[in-house]
Amino acid sequence: MSKIHLTTTVNGDAVEALVEADETLLDVLRNQLALTGAKEGCGSGDCGACSVTLDGRLVCSCLVLAVETQGRRVETVEGMAKGGVLHPLQQKFLELSALQCGICTPGFLVAARALLEKNPDPTETEVRYWLAGNLCRCTGYDKIVRAVMDAAAEMRGA
Amino acid sequence: MLDTVAKKSDYKVVGTRPIRPDGVDKVTGRARFGADLNLPGQLVGRVLRSPHPHARLVSIDVSAAAALDGVKAIVTREDFADQPPELTAAGEMMLNYRDVVRNVLAREKVLYEGHAIAAVAAISAAIARKALRLIRVDYEILPHVTDVVAAMAPDAPLLDEAMITAGVTPTPTTPSNIAKRVDFGHGDIDTGFAQADVIVEREFRTESVHQGYIEPQACVANVAEDGQAELFVTTQGQWIVRGHCAKLLGWNVNRIKVTAAEMGGGFGGKTVVYLEPLALALSAKARRPVKMVMTREEVLKATGPTSAARVRVKVGAKKDGRITAAFAECAYGAGAFAGSPAGGGAMCAFAPYELEHVATIGLDVLTNRPKVSAYRAPGAPIAAFAVESVLDEIARTIGVDPIDLRLKNAAKVGTRSTYGPTFAAIGFVELLQAAKAHPHYSAPLPAGQGRGVAAGFWFNVGGDTAVQLTLNEDASVTLTAGTPDVGGLRASLGMMVSEELGIPLDKIRTQIGDTASLAYNFVTGGSRSTFASGMASVEAARAMVKELAARAAKIWDIPVDAVKFEDGMLKPAGDNAGKYEPMSIRDIARQMAKTGGPIVGYATLNAQGAAPGLAFHIVDTQTDPETGKTTILRYTALQDVGRAIHPAFVEGQMQGGVAQGIGWALNEEYVYGADGRMQNAGFLDYRVPVASDLPMIDTVMVEVPNPRHPYGVKGVGEAPIVPPMAAIANAVARGAGVRFTQLPMSPPRVLAALSGQGAR
Ligand code: FES
Ligand code: FES
Repeated sequence: MSKIHLTTTVNGDAVEALVEADETLLDVLRNQLALTGAKEGCGSGDCGACSVTLDGRLVCSCLVLAVETQGRRVETVEGMAKGGVLHPLQQKFLELSALQCGICTPGFLVAARALLEKNPDPTETEVRYWLAGNLCRCTGYDKIVRAVMDAAAEMRGA
Repeated sequence: MLDTVAKKSDYKVVGTRPIRPDGVDKVTGRARFGADLNLPGQLVGRVLRSPHPHARLVSIDVSAAAALDGVKAIVTREDFADQPPELTAAGEMMLNYRDVVRNVLAREKVLYEGHAIAAVAAISAAIARKALRLIRVDYEILPHVTDVVAAMAPDAPLLDEAMITAGVTPTPTTPSNIAKRVDFGHGDIDTGFAQADVIVEREFRTESVHQGYIEPQACVANVAEDGQAELFVTTQGQWIVRGHCAKLLGWNVNRIKVTAAEMGGGFGGKTVVYLEPLALALSAKARRPVKMVMTREEVLKATGPTSAARVRVKVGAKKDGRITAAFAECAYGAGAFAGSPAGGGAMCAFAPYELEHVATIGLDVLTNRPKVSAYRAPGAPIAAFAVESVLDEIARTIGVDPIDLRLKNAAKVGTRSTYGPTFAAIGFVELLQAAKAHPHYSAPLPAGQGRGVAAGFWFNVGGDTAVQLTLNEDASVTLTAGTPDVGGLRASLGMMVSEELGIPLDKIRTQIGDTASLAYNFVTGGSRSTFASGMASVEAARAMVKELAARAAKIWDIPVDAVKFEDGMLKPAGDNAGKYEPMSIRDIARQMAKTGGPIVGYATLNAQGAAPGLAFHIVDTQTDPETGKTTILRYTALQDVGRAIHPAFVEGQMQGGVAQGIGWALNEEYVYGADGRMQNAGFLDYRVPVASDLPMIDTVMVEVPNPRHPYGVKGVGEAPIVPPMAAIANAVARGAGVRFTQLPMSPPRVLAALSGQGAR
């Protein structure tokens, strides 16, 4: 089977790759583009460790075919810090120790950023339901939810 | 003894909440976890697994697979020599090499669905998968048993036809699936029960639950033409991986350098080998790097969950709440090979209490399921679910407050524990007092809600540990530890060294060493890493201070014992006081070459004096009679933490343990069909708690310092998973009026119980 020439944008950079028709975006990010920030926890859309945004929309990259991203805009955790400065969410996760092992962290950060772009002032319940697609086995979510709320407040300038 | 541990107010760094040194890597995607390394020329390794729960392996024919283009190596049972029985420690549990080799690749029989049969390395995943389909396996199907109680029946299918129960006299004459019986206790329970005013006797059942780490097992092996091997792997212990792999492959340990990747959760499950020996064997054949990563389905079907169990408990008490006798029998499923945590269950069952008459039994039972492995306080949560539920019933029956009941029977310093040793340091009374005084305990409870409490105990362990500190030429320090960091270890160790040396945390780089760069370290497990690596880090820092003093003495030309180290400075002392300008560590670092060369601090030890971890939880629940769903409304976790080095990470351990316990209580379970196959091998159907299932989890750290640790540390990772199941069951009993003796308390079971169908 011949490969497909993929042209897309990842974290603002134009990228090209030769991909199989059935290859997932997650595999192409990790194996071809060396962007291993997105993790595979399940491969079935149930853990959120592979979260990225596609044209600004939160998706599980394990459920997206790489070819579907043709000509579109992919953002991963690697693109969150800008100009040597961490994103407020990244900073708050560190300050509040909202990660233990850290395998789920890229997914939570990407998902939380997508939330705050839609809703800059979420309630605790809204945060918990938005993040319900991201599994964390270490933290019990307490500090993650607090970090997202605090980062939201800071970003609102509150 | 307590005065050997400094007062909290004396510390500058310990007890604060700095950002962890590995933090930025972990929020930017830089950190390299097990599956994040790719090497040039790397092959993809995949495993062929049994679809049958129990079958004789008549033949394995790999010829068609080997002939497939792109297949570079295949391994089967033929590639591993048999191992004689030999016990070895892995995490908190024992393994038998005879079984390890059979678990890594099936030999005579497959013993569970998912049991590995062969492994293939190919140039792509697609070719590897195709090759697996070309391997022909001839099975002779055997009857199977996946239920722990059914497995103990006299006519049960036998996993090991020669297994005679150990620990029973006289020795049984017929084989069974019960590998071993262990007994603990003292006094005479018949005498104790005769003195009781009230006796409660119950039988409990729990299902297997998985550690559920989000990162599947993963490794990359690279074996060169001269046989030198490197292994990059997600593990709780790089040295035990090295040891197990070397043993199975018949290599010297020195041939394998194991580097621990950042680990995406382990909870005890990453203390054993599965893929690693296969990847090394494949790479040794192909002479190319081989990467192997499990799918989630493989993780659930083929790596150790914890036991399914039956626990029988009988407790007698006086009307005033004094327990007169206590009995527990913990029959724990081991999966395919002996070695369940039944002993841990039997030891921890009544461990928080001072009892005159107590007997506990552990039974280790084989079933056609994956071999269990350690899961956070292995064995204790299941026993505590049973015991703490019974204590709650006793408290209600005699009309005593459940905390008062526990206070009346609490173990103290000097108490002879129910499993043997006498407690030298235990903070249970302080913990119970803190719980009783906590506002949660006295908060009014609306109608329909229930409040439950329960205690939990874990021994905590020490073990072999080595740490190295090097002083750099600019007076910064590199700290190399050997216990993988599962959530803030680098920060905690760095903080203790910072406290000792008086240098700021950002001048200390803490790294986790590979097996070629440091002496042997036992696993991160048993809540030992901050305790034992912390103890070694402090010793290494003190060794470095000694050397710094020796250098200062040399420069000043005075005796070493005339130099003291104070506030980060070396000062002349005694008769020489004030004679020379004090020198900083930087001053000495600059003159290292002139005064004798590089300066290191090194410590190796077998850490002793781990103090037990005690947890006590308070939970409010509400059960919806329409759906059977139980909601956790409020949760307070209290714990004797010894001393919290980095309190945020201690809270995190407590909150994470609670969340896992809530999953265990309400949702998580392995579901087996009559065909012996697991029916819910994915995160959709094996449902772990998500953010919207939980409230904030309040934590109270009670600090009763461990006198045997320079900073008073007690292990904190395991105790918090012990109480939740009983605490929630007790809350449901009081709120919904139904006493559950079976886990999980999932909506269908709750509905059935509420409608009086009795399916508890
Ligand atoms: S890996 Fe994509 S959701 Fe789990
Ligand atoms: S921090 Fe380990 S899974 Fe979230």
